[in-house]
Amino acid sequence: MLTVLLLFVLICGSTGGEIAISHGAKKTGEPKRMRPRELLLFIGQVMCNGWFLLGIPLMAASFFALLILFSWHPLSFVIPISALSYVVGALGAKYLLKEEVNTARWAGVILVCAGVALVAAG
Amino acid sequence: MASEKRLRIKTLIMVLAMVVCAVTGDLLLKRGMSELGAVHFTASALAQALLHMATSATIWLGILFLVGFMATQMTVMSWADYSYVMPAGAFGYALQTFLAVVVLHEVVSTKRWIGVFLICIGVVLVGQTKPRSTECAVREKAVASC
Repeated sequence: MLTVLLLFVLICGSTGGEIAISHGAKKTGEPKRMRPRELLLFIGQVMCNGWFLLGIPLMAASFFALLILFSWHPLSFVIPISALSYVVGALGAKYLLKEEVNTARWAGVILVCAGVALVAAG
Repeated sequence: MASEKRLRIKTLIMVLAMVVCAVTGDLLLKRGMSELGAVHFTASALAQALLHMATSATIWLGILFLVGFMATQMTVMSWADYSYVMPAGAFGYALQTFLAVVVLHEVVSTKRWIGVFLICIGVVLVGQTKPRSTECAVREKAVASC
């Protein structure tokens, strides 16, 4: 039961964190030019965004769940299951970020999810 | 049409930079930690490991690449969809496998090669879609509120 809970924290923490950071980055707006000064300024602005500050503890919780799971189960069990985060991430992008996830993108996400699971299990 | 092509090229370059930074960072951290050997959970062993981490150029270089990964990921997500960047970034698993064979001369199982093949098809499929399906914020407004 605790394993299921930690897998939930692992998957939802990492995708939730990335979704929050993605939202924060979009709220900041893209840098106009790809110059070091402009990029550093942009990164600083994202880092003082509330969404970024919400994303970091979520990702940290996910990381600690991963460490605990590694101490209980083999890598070949944990990583293939964590590949589900690609599907959960696409769902989050569709319903929370209101992105347009069409059939081709869904097919790609599912293939990547299966591929990552196989690479990790292999 | 031209701006869409420009957006696609810009996104693919940034995703590639993101993947290269992540893979290089992981490889350098692995190399740096391998120099130390297995870390045991005793106070003295952990202190020794921390000292090694703080003084190892390989580990610092690895951290620098991972910071680069974080920076490129945040930058690309400021204009591209999360559902585009996230699966495209999985190309790193394929790159890691190629590097393991070419650089480290590791033997890779058939199962893993099938996984790499699926990832590559998945990334190509996602790459065919529009990188951005939502509107981006205007930067000047955000600068004022930050």
